[in-house]
Order: sequence, then structure tokens, then C-alpha cells
Amino acid sequence: MSRKYVMEFERPLVELEEQLVALRRLNLTDNPDLMVEVSALASEIDRLRHETYEHLTPWARVQIARHPDRPKVQDYLAALFTDVVELHGDRLHGDDEAIVTALATLGNRRVVVLGHRKGSNTKENIKRNFGSPHPDGFRKAMRAMRLADKFGLPVVSFLDTKGAHPGIDAEERGQAWAIAESLALLSELRVPIVAVGIGEGGSGGALAIGLGDHLIMLENSYYSVISPEACASILYKDSTRAADVAGSLKMTAADLLRLGISDETVPEPIGGAHHDAEAIFSEVKKRILAAVDSLAAHDADELVEKRYRRLRAIGVFEEGA
Amino acid sequence: MPIADWFKARDERRYTPVSGSNIKADVPEGVWSKCDACKRTIYEGDLDEAGRVCPHCGHHFPLTAAQRIELLVDEGSFAEFDAGLTSLDPLEFSAVKPYAASLERAQANTGMNEAILTGRAMLGGHQVVIAAMDFRFVGASMGSAVGEKITRALEVALAENRAAIIVTASGGARMQEGILSLMQMAKTSAAVARLADAGLPYVSILTNPTMGGVTASFAVLADVVLAEPGARIGFAGPRIIEQTIRQKLPKGFQSAESMLDHGMLDDVVPRAELAGRLSLVLDYLMSTPEGGDGS
Repeated sequence: MSRKYVMEFERPLVELEEQLVALRRLNLTDNPDLMVEVSALASEIDRLRHETYEHLTPWARVQIARHPDRPKVQDYLAALFTDVVELHGDRLHGDDEAIVTALATLGNRRVVVLGHRKGSNTKENIKRNFGSPHPDGFRKAMRAMRLADKFGLPVVSFLDTKGAHPGIDAEERGQAWAIAESLALLSELRVPIVAVGIGEGGSGGALAIGLGDHLIMLENSYYSVISPEACASILYKDSTRAADVAGSLKMTAADLLRLGISDETVPEPIGGAHHDAEAIFSEVKKRILAAVDSLAAHDADELVEKRYRRLRAIGVFEEGA
Repeated sequence: MPIADWFKARDERRYTPVSGSNIKADVPEGVWSKCDACKRTIYEGDLDEAGRVCPHCGHHFPLTAAQRIELLVDEGSFAEFDAGLTSLDPLEFSAVKPYAASLERAQANTGMNEAILTGRAMLGGHQVVIAAMDFRFVGASMGSAVGEKITRALEVALAENRAAIIVTASGGARMQEGILSLMQMAKTSAAVARLADAGLPYVSILTNPTMGGVTASFAVLADVVLAEPGARIGFAGPRIIEQTIRQKLPKGFQSAESMLDHGMLDDVVPRAELAGRLSLVLDYLMSTPEGGDGS
């Protein structure tokens, strides 16, 4: 990568780090004053790093979730799984590259993998519509779900989308229909479903492959009813006020755990998963396997009933008179 | 029930009265309305007479949830349940204006506790559960309470071998309840799937507007999906689409007629014919005399 991508909230820190690098290029051995300055700067950087990352605002986490270097579904597929057989197409209209579906092996488990697929570069992102599926993508996912059900393979689903694509063709081909049918199908799938929030969890487009038995969230991933930009655009008529609503929407991994929507949070290295992807991969693999093992102990009827009870319990309301 | 009588039945209703459901209360005295579509002036009495459809151009004016139900069910047969079920403010959402205040205002304006009425009724002699959404209440968006009421209605249908009828009108998931609202899409869809497994019919009627997370969950999962003329039906809002693709949207985009052309609906049915159509569809899907399960 030629130039480092800097998130808005870490800019002050990055500027100090650049100064430090510049200073260290100088010959320090015969300049004790400068050496003192360098070590002072280094400790100031440490302090600022802690301050910046220890109390990340929800909006900062959204930026991390969108970081271009953040591990994406293709990275998880390559790192966690073996013998991956990608399956293409919805048999109706096309092959939406914003969704990946595959047969894959995770440790001792053969599974079906679903995921929103962003590009690793601009060219890929254009082909994959930045990970925002058309109805074809959800219908492709449904093919894979039925396959999982038919052959008794657990489903592992990686969530990373801004949302379902808002476009003319998407609407006309039934975006809402595709999402709804996917939800109904997942709700009765007779195999374990483990979902992992690895980045963005944008609304119905995320939920369409995210409904399941167990939800693992990466610390800086988010899951929300609406993107903070769209929410700000509705409330303030100004999408640039997204930072103001990101907190109100309670969309961070910590919020989800507290609200009982997710089951566990995978801690990320300071600054985000992209700083130590290998550590994230091994932790996520371990946790997916543990979840699948525990779910696989139930027979299919129990599993479907348990999933229904889980969904059934979501909601906060008052019974009234 | 003949369409001309539908509003008369309102005065004789035997179900739980819903104060403030009388749309006349919202209209200034003098009682003339202007049609949004053809801009002609209509005498309120004529509008009511016509089931709130413009006598000049056929434009369908909005109905309250109570009016919807009266329009469709056998006279006096509706018995509401879960009337007291009310939203809370679990996220303490207060961006721009507090959610709690929006709820209070909606309750005061509509006399309803939430954006949907649910209950048991007869329709064309069939036992049904019917739900109708009321757009006046926070855009009939789906939060925890709406999702719960729909799910319970579907569960009552399942437990009592009733058909389910849902009349939708909604801006989508209620953003003030965040992820809890999103999950109501999953919850309601799962409940529809269970009803389908039991072989019980579900018919939805999509009215203006039906958007977002409501369209993308229970609304379009029905066995038969009908819509009112001119209703906007879709997932993403037109403004978001225009901003994303930077193009003008074609005329009639996301209209019921356009969605019918694209194969997404079973039919577009004028309001005056809805009750009859529903009853006929239920005749096919409910009674199976040859199968010996004529109920």
C-alpha cells in the first residue's frame, strides 16, 4: 500500500508518529538532547494512543469498521477455512459479487459460508458494489442456505455491508422480497447458524444473512437499523451529522451485547483488527467452532424452536391495561 | 358489506372504541378536502361515501387503522386484543427530539397506544386475525411494540386456525429503537414462516406507503400480496436512491402498478373491491370441503 489510510479520529496521533519517525532518521547518538526529546515524544504518543483508543466513540468505531485494511470475508475465508469451494449465482438473474457463498472446512467442521463481500481495492469494490447486495445476492445466499439445510451443514455467516443496495433495478427486482424471504428461510433452517459481525452491519441487508442462533461481534464492528448518515439525514436533514447520531443508535458491539442481541464480543488490538489480523483470525475461528459445537448438540427441532424463542424474546414494551 | 355503508358501520361498531380514530376530527370545519392527486375540491361527505377515494380521479386517501378494519371485516365482528401494548424508550433516544415525546404526541393525536390495531374478526364468514397499521402514529414505523403485536396476531392465527390478514402502511423500522426495531423484521418473518408451515393462509394488503423494514419482512411474505392503487411500495426511500445513484427516478417508480408489472404483487385492487377480493381469496384458501376439513 503506497499511502497509509488515516481515520479522522486518529489524525492527531498519526501526525505525532510521523514526527517521531522523522526524528529517528536523524543521527541521534551524538545528540543527547535530541534523544531525550525523542523519548519524550514516544511517551507522549503512548499516552495519546491510549487516550484515543481506550475510549473510542461510537463514531470512531464506525470508522474502524469501515477501514479499507480491515479484514474482509475473503481474508477470513483464506485464513480460517480450507478446501473452499465457491458457489456462484442465484439461478434467476445473475451472480452478485457483493455476496460470497461457499462450501468450506473450518477445523473439523464442514460448513456453508455466507458473507457480504467488499473489495480489497477499488477495482474489486466496483465489481462488488462495495459490498451492498442486489436482490440477486440475497437469492444466491438463499440457494446456499437451502444447500446447507439439505445436507446438514452448519452455516457460518460474515456480516460486512453498509446495507442492501438502494437502486432502481434492485427495487424493481424485489429487494424487499429477497430480504424478507431470506429471513423466513433462515428462521427455519434445520442446521446451526453462527453469524459474525466483522465490520459493517447495515440494516436489513445485514440481517438478511445475519439471522441465526449465535452472534459474535468484533469489538469495533457495528450493527444498526439504519446507517448513521441516513439517520442524520432524516433527523437533521444533514448526513454529515452522522457522528451525532452514531451514539444514539446504540449500534456498537458493546451496545448489542448489553441489549441481548449479540452473544459475545471479540476484543480487537488497539486501533482495530487490521493491526493484528492473524490474532483476530485465530480468535474468531476458535469462537465459531465453539459456537457450532455447542449448537450441534441440539437436534434440528430443538434448534429451530430455540432460534424462534431467541427472536421471540427481542423487544422492549409495556403490556398495559 | 357494501362500500357505501362502511362508515355507517363505524357508528355501530362493537369492538374496542378507539378515540380519535374519526378522521373528520382532523379536518377543518366547512369540510371540504382537496385531492392530493387531481387537486380538485371534494365535499367531505362525498369522500366518506366513497370510502375516502377521490370521486374524480380515484386517488386513495389514507385511512386510519380503525377505518381499515371496518372496511374489511364482517360488520361488528372485530374484537381487538393487545390494545394496551405500548412502546417504551429502551435506548433513551433523544437526537433532535426525544422519542418519548414523539410517542406521547402520537398517542394524543390518534388515541391509540401504538401504530397498529390487531384482533379477531370474521371476514366473508371466515375466522381471521386482522391487523391494520396507522400511518399517523410515528409513520407506523415498526418498533418493539408493533413487532410484538404482529407476532402475537400471527401466533393467535396459528393457535386458533385462523387466516391472517395484515394491512400495511409504514415508513419502515422505527429508528428510535435501533437494533431492537431491526430485529422485529426477523421476529415477524419467523412468525409468518410458522403460520405457513401450518398451512394457514396469510393475505397482506399493502397501502401507501409500505417501505423499508416492513416491506422487507412480514408484508411481502403473505401467500397472496395485494396492494391499493397508487401505493408507494419499496425498500429504500426514493431520496436515498436518488442520492446514491445520482439519477432522477422514473415516473411511477415504486408504485403499486409498477411493482405489479415487475411481478412483485398478486394484484392491485381498488379499495371498494378489497373486502370482496379478500373474502373470495379466503374462500379458496380456507375451506376445503372435499378434504373434510371444512371447519
